[in-house]
Order: sequence, then structure tokens, then C-alpha cells
Amino acid sequence: MTTSLLLVRGLYKRYGGLVVTNNVDLDVASGEVHALIGPNGAGKTTLLGQLTGNLPNDAGKIYFDGCDITGLPTHSRARLGLGRSFQITSIFHELTVLENVMFAVQVQSGHSFRFWRPVEDSQKLVTPAMALLDRVGLADHASLTAANLSHGQHRQLEIAIALACKPKLLLLDEPMAGMGIEDSARLTKMLQAMKGSVAMLLVEHDMTAVMALADRISVLVYGQRVVTGTPAEIRAHPEVRKAYLGDGGLSS
Amino acid sequence: MIFTLGLFLIQLLNGLQFGVTLFLFTSGLTLVLGIMNFMNLGHASFYMIGAYYAVALTNWSGSFVFGVLLALPATYVTALAVEWLVFRRLYERSHLDQVLVTFGLVMFFNEVVRIIWGTAGLYFTVPDWLSGSVVLGSGALYPVYRLLIIAVGCLVALAMFLVIKYTRIGMLIRAGADKPEMVEAVGVNIRGVFRGVVALGAALAALAGALSGPLYSVESGMGDSMLILALVAITIGGVGSIRGSFFAALMIGVVDAMGRMFLPQLFAIFLSRPVADAIGPATGSMLIYLLMIVVLLARPNGLFAFRGR
Amino acid sequence: MKISLLRNPLIWLFVVFAIFPIAATAINQTYYLSFISKVMVFGIAALGLNLVLGFGGMVSLGHAAFVGVGAYAVGLCMHYGVTNGWVHFGLAIGVGALSSLLIGALCLRAGGISFIMLTLAFAQLLFFLGVGLKQYGGDDGFSFRGHSEFFSWLQLEDVRVMYWVILACLALTVLVVGRSTRSGFGLALRGVKSNEGRAQSIGLHTYRHKLAAFVLSGMFCSLSGALLANLTQFVSPSYMHFSRSAELLLMILLGGISSLLGPVVGAAAFIVLEESLGHITPHWQAPMGLAIVLIVLFARNGLIDLAMAVVVRFKRKRS
Repeated sequence: MTTSLLLVRGLYKRYGGLVVTNNVDLDVASGEVHALIGPNGAGKTTLLGQLTGNLPNDAGKIYFDGCDITGLPTHSRARLGLGRSFQITSIFHELTVLENVMFAVQVQSGHSFRFWRPVEDSQKLVTPAMALLDRVGLADHASLTAANLSHGQHRQLEIAIALACKPKLLLLDEPMAGMGIEDSARLTKMLQAMKGSVAMLLVEHDMTAVMALADRISVLVYGQRVVTGTPAEIRAHPEVRKAYLGDGGLSS
Repeated sequence: MIFTLGLFLIQLLNGLQFGVTLFLFTSGLTLVLGIMNFMNLGHASFYMIGAYYAVALTNWSGSFVFGVLLALPATYVTALAVEWLVFRRLYERSHLDQVLVTFGLVMFFNEVVRIIWGTAGLYFTVPDWLSGSVVLGSGALYPVYRLLIIAVGCLVALAMFLVIKYTRIGMLIRAGADKPEMVEAVGVNIRGVFRGVVALGAALAALAGALSGPLYSVESGMGDSMLILALVAITIGGVGSIRGSFFAALMIGVVDAMGRMFLPQLFAIFLSRPVADAIGPATGSMLIYLLMIVVLLARPNGLFAFRGR
Repeated sequence: MKISLLRNPLIWLFVVFAIFPIAATAINQTYYLSFISKVMVFGIAALGLNLVLGFGGMVSLGHAAFVGVGAYAVGLCMHYGVTNGWVHFGLAIGVGALSSLLIGALCLRAGGISFIMLTLAFAQLLFFLGVGLKQYGGDDGFSFRGHSEFFSWLQLEDVRVMYWVILACLALTVLVVGRSTRSGFGLALRGVKSNEGRAQSIGLHTYRHKLAAFVLSGMFCSLSGALLANLTQFVSPSYMHFSRSAELLLMILLGGISSLLGPVVGAAAFIVLEESLGHITPHWQAPMGLAIVLIVLFARNGLIDLAMAVVVRFKRKRS
């Protein structure tokens, strides 16, 4: 518990009569890869939204790196080191690929109120941005307008932007969604290389990736955290099998 | 000026009358904005065109009722033409484009009516059988004609509410507002429905214009100030909400009428006469915008919005 | 794209414009000086507005209010006998900054249509304030004698000197707007326009940035207003009317919303169109309205884009 980077206690949210996040407790340690799995509609994306501040909470507390971030706006949480990649690709379509990443680098360094110097002259922005693009394999496409990339390349750019923010914890919302086998494998390798330096809360349906990456897995069903354990423990757990195979619904 | 109950009642009724007229104008605009997400400044032109048609037809036929009633289908047809020529190319475009194109249309029509009917305003008077007055509670007199407008407006509001809620057409409109592609897939001609909504809204604006004609003069640009107030009403009431625009329009009418009359008096109590005279009238006009700003800051989606648009 | 100073077409353009008054006086065609001065004044306002519209993605229907603020600053000073140009312009830009700060701070709390409506509401507020101030002419406005005085050798009464001062202000505006849009601030602004949610997710305080852009644009508009008052020696609430805001938007669109000089080209095109139609018929607003409809419908990306397309096609034919 002392190395818990993210600590979530009693998180709760309802939309009218429907409870979407039901008293969720969760913790992620520094450098850990914690996967979040569950059937569709279990409320995983909602939970991520509550963690980043995009969705308001009805009850519960969120602690990040020792601070209570429950009431903070999205951008403040990001500045503290909470990064996110989105399920539906959310990049800056009108900017070039390089500009997409430079923007994130610039915001991270806190220098967005510079009015005079052209941005392409700034080596402090260009160099790290190109390095990141190289890492995700988009360096050759740096000067293309982001909108002109393929879907898979969009997902890669999405990751590059998230990494540019130098997050301590990265919330990954189905990063493999819509990716082909090659791209998935490549992304899995990249995330594996990052293990230890960046903590990750990974929401994914791709079980190969989850089993390869996760240190711990939590299962979310109907907004409730049902069980947490190592990959081996989860694979063998009867509740999980029931939730995924759906024989007779859920007890509890 | 003394503050009497009679004066108060008269101003209240004036406010209601203006509010109801504003509602007739606004209803078409809010429907179009809510259902088709189409920001139509050209609505001001339909109000003006309706008034001009009414005057022309009344003078030609000699009958006020005939003139007003015929102005409605005339404007309806005009609106259909404009929709087919211009509006339908704008539905997919940004609000900015819509604002600019319809702004150009307003400019165009403002000049066209000047070309056809001259620059001076046209006047037509309330027919004799409507020009009487009614005695209100405390001995004040109030024109029958204005009461008629209030009655007509409320009836139309009720009719609209019933149609939208309880008929198939109303359901179609509500469905089209929610998911136009789905409605189209089910085989309904959504484009035709949209065209109808625009034209119907135009007819309502024309009714407002025709009825207002005898009270204010019929002149080029008469719809412009109405338009801005209608936008305020829509913002306060919530985009797409008929109920919202009804209450907002009435609120605006009453606040405006009461404000203009009593604010200078109020100021005169606290401030010196010259200062009160200087800022009183200005504050009266500004009151509505202050109201909108306060409402928007508290409820960004309006008071009655049924979705966050 | 780096071009040396001497080969930059922009510099040459400014040189041409600078020499123009001398040539014009030589052949006795000074009418065009005030005409082009007017174009440049509106060009400054349009450039300012485009910072918010084209680069920031915010549709403001109320920026003419800031033009009015600048104009009234100068006019009221003159009315009370203050002729010092530094006071005039300092006050104009200062009040412009303050009013855009207050108005922007409130309007930006909302988004979408509510933002547009709020900007309109504030503009109307200022308009009615101007109309209500009867001692300053109310609806009719008021005119004044004289001009802002800076140095004894800078006499704005001389049409040519006025022209050069306005040209200098335009050059300054182009420089500042050009630099800010290519800078880190400009990148952030374009990012916010492109995807505000994402910008927040990476840690940007988007409200602050939009507000900064709004204030900067307000300051340019009030500069334009101060110059306008000097040019016309007349101040009226009509400068702040909603239709003037719409005209500014049109100028930007006409010229090209995403280019630096687009707003200036658009201002020129709009005013030229207005003037020439005015000479043809007293009912010029009819063809003007029609022209607006056609241009926005069919030449959406503005004249600069149209010109580029023509150039590209011409080049293709040659090769």
C-alpha cells in the first residue's frame, strides 16, 4: 500500500436509476501494469472517465501520488502525471503528426504561453517529439496531416501523444481496438518495454495482450469490482468464468 | 407619473401581448434550430414578408381578416421556395456558414421590399370592429385588438403543444430531431418533413408580423430586432423546446414592458432626475440581455432544455 | 518556410503600399488614400477577430463592440478636450483589453451555441448603452474636430500621414498575429480548436488560452476602432451593431479563414464590393446580400484559396 500510486476508494456513479460504478475500490502500484477486464457494458470506460475527471463522481475518493485528486479538473490531474489514451481515437486531426506530439511535449513542459518564437525552430520540442514518433514507428510520417493517416497509425499517434506527457500512470482504454495482429503485437512489445517506468491501468478485451502484460488483473461486472488477482488466479476463478460465459447471471 | 394598478395592468398586458407575438416568431426558429440544427437568421425576413403581404392583400381586398389569413399561405409558399433554393444546401454546414448566408438573405430581402414597396413604411389600421377598448378592473381601458393577439397566440401555442405531443406528425418531428438517418431509413421523407417545418415556422412568423402590422409600422428591417430577441428567448428557454420558448418569450415581453416603464421611476427614487433620465431608458433595453447573461451562466443549456445541445 | 527578408513577397507588398501615397498625390488621386485607409482599418479588426475565429475556433458575434469601445475612447477624449494621441490610444487599447477580458471570461464559461449567444448579448448591451447615452448623441452618435496628436511633426490631418500611420499599425498587427500563430501559443490554440477535450487531457488549461486569444483579439479590434474614429472623425453606436460583427466575419470568410493575410484581402474585397455596388444602384444591398449568399455557398474557402486554385491549375497547364 505504501507504494500505491493510484488509490480509489468507494467510487460511485449513477445515471438516474442506473448505477454504473458501484462502490469500486482499486489500487495501482508504481510501475505496475494493472489490467481491467469485464464484459461489455461493465462500466470500464466510465470508471476511466471518473479517474481522469471527465465524468463527475457521485461518491468516493481518488488519491494519486499521495494527493486527493477527487475534485480536480482534468487538466490538473494530467499535470500531476495521470495520462490517458482514448478508446475512440482522439488526436488533433488538423495538425501534422509532428505537431500533435510537439503540442503534448510543450504542454508537459509548461511553456504554452510563448508568443514569439516559431514552434518548428524549437529543438526542445522537436527533438523529443521525433524521438517519440520513432518509438511508435511514425517518424517517416512526421510532416503529414494527422487526418490522412490510417486507423492503425492513428492509434499509434494516440499512444505517442499520451507518452509525450511523461505520465506516471497511463490509463489505456482498449489501445488494441481495431488493430490488426501485427500492429497489436508491436504495441504489446512497446508496452512491455515501458513496464516498470510507467504504471498502467489497461482496459482491454484482447486477452493475449492482457495475459502478456498484466501484473494484476481486476474484473469489473455491472460496475462492481468482482475480484483482483494475478493472471493465473483470474484464469482459474469461477466467478470470472461465470461472468464471461454467462451461465445464469451473477451472484452478489 | 403615478404608480397605479391600472397602469400596472396595462403594462403587464402589453408585455404579454409582445411576448406572445415574440413566441409566434420564435417557435418556428426554435423548431428549426432544435430539429435540424439550422441557425436561420432569414426567419426575420419571413416576419417582414408576412407583414407586407398582409398589408398589400388587405388594401387590395378591403378586408383585414382576408388579408391576414391569405398572407399565411403566401409566406408558406415563399418559404418553400427559399428552402429549396438556399436552405437545403446549408444543413450540413457549420453554424458560421448558416449565420452568414442567412444574414445575406436578410440583407437581400430588406432591400427587395424597399424596391417593391418603397422606403417609407406602410401603414394599415385596425378595422373598426376590432378597434374598441375593454374596461379593466380599475377603470383603465385596454384595446380589444391587443387582447385578440394574446388570445390568438395562446391558442396557437396550445395547438402546437398538442400536435407535437399527441399526433403522428408530432412524433415524426420529434423522431427526426433525435435520429434523422433512422427516420429516413424507415422510409419517411425526412427532407420533406424538414421543408414543411421551415415553411410552417415561416407562416407562424408571418402571422406574428401580420398581426403586429397595425401596432407598429410595416417597414424594411422590422424583423431584425425581433430576431435578436427571439435568439435570446431560445437561449433562455432552451433550444428546441416549444414550452421553453413560450415561457421565455412571455418573460422577455413582460420584463421589457415593465422595465421600460418603471425602471426610470425606480432610478428617480435613488438618483437625481437628470441621471435617471439619462440611464433609465438605456437600462430598460439592456435588462433583457442582462437577464439572458444571468440565466446562461447559471444554466448553460437554458431553463427547459431537454437535451444538452 | 524561410525566405530571406529581401525575397519575402510580404515585404515587397508593404513597400508598394508605402510608396502608393506619394504616387497618388503626384497624379492627384488622393481619394483612394482614404479608401485604402478604411480597408486597412477594417483589415486590422478582421485580423484580430480571426485570431479567435480561424485559429481558436470560437465564433464571436460581438467583436464589433470592441471596435466601438476603441472609437468611443478617442471620441470621448476629444469631446472633453483631451487631444493627446498617446492617451487616446492607450485608453482605447486598455479599455479594449479590459472589456474583452471581462466579456471573454464570462462567455467562455459556456460552449457551443451558448457562447455565440453570449457574445451577441454583450455586444447588444454595449450597443444599447451607446444608444442610451443621449448626451453623446445617442443613436446618431457625434462627430468631432481634430485628430489624435502624437508629435508636432505627425499631423494626422494630412491624408498621407494618416495613411502611413494606419499602414504601420497594419504591419504591426500582421507581425504580431503572424508570430503568435506560429509560436507555441498558436500551436496550443490550434490544438484547442482541433480537439479541446484532448488538449485538456494532456494538461492544458484551455480556458486560459482561449481567454488570452480573446483578449488579444479584442485589443486589435479596439486599436482598429481608435484608428477608425480618427479617420472618420465620427463616433456612433452603429460601430457596435451586430451587423458590423457579421460583416467582420464575412470579411474573414471572403479572404480565407486559415491564411494570415486572408482577413485583409477579405476586408478589401468586401469594401470594394460595397462601394462599387453603391455606385451602380441605390438598392445595392440586394445584390450585396445575394453576393454574400453565393460566395459563402460556393466559394467557401475564400478568395485566397480560389486564387491558389487558379494558380495551381495554370501551372499544371504549362507543364
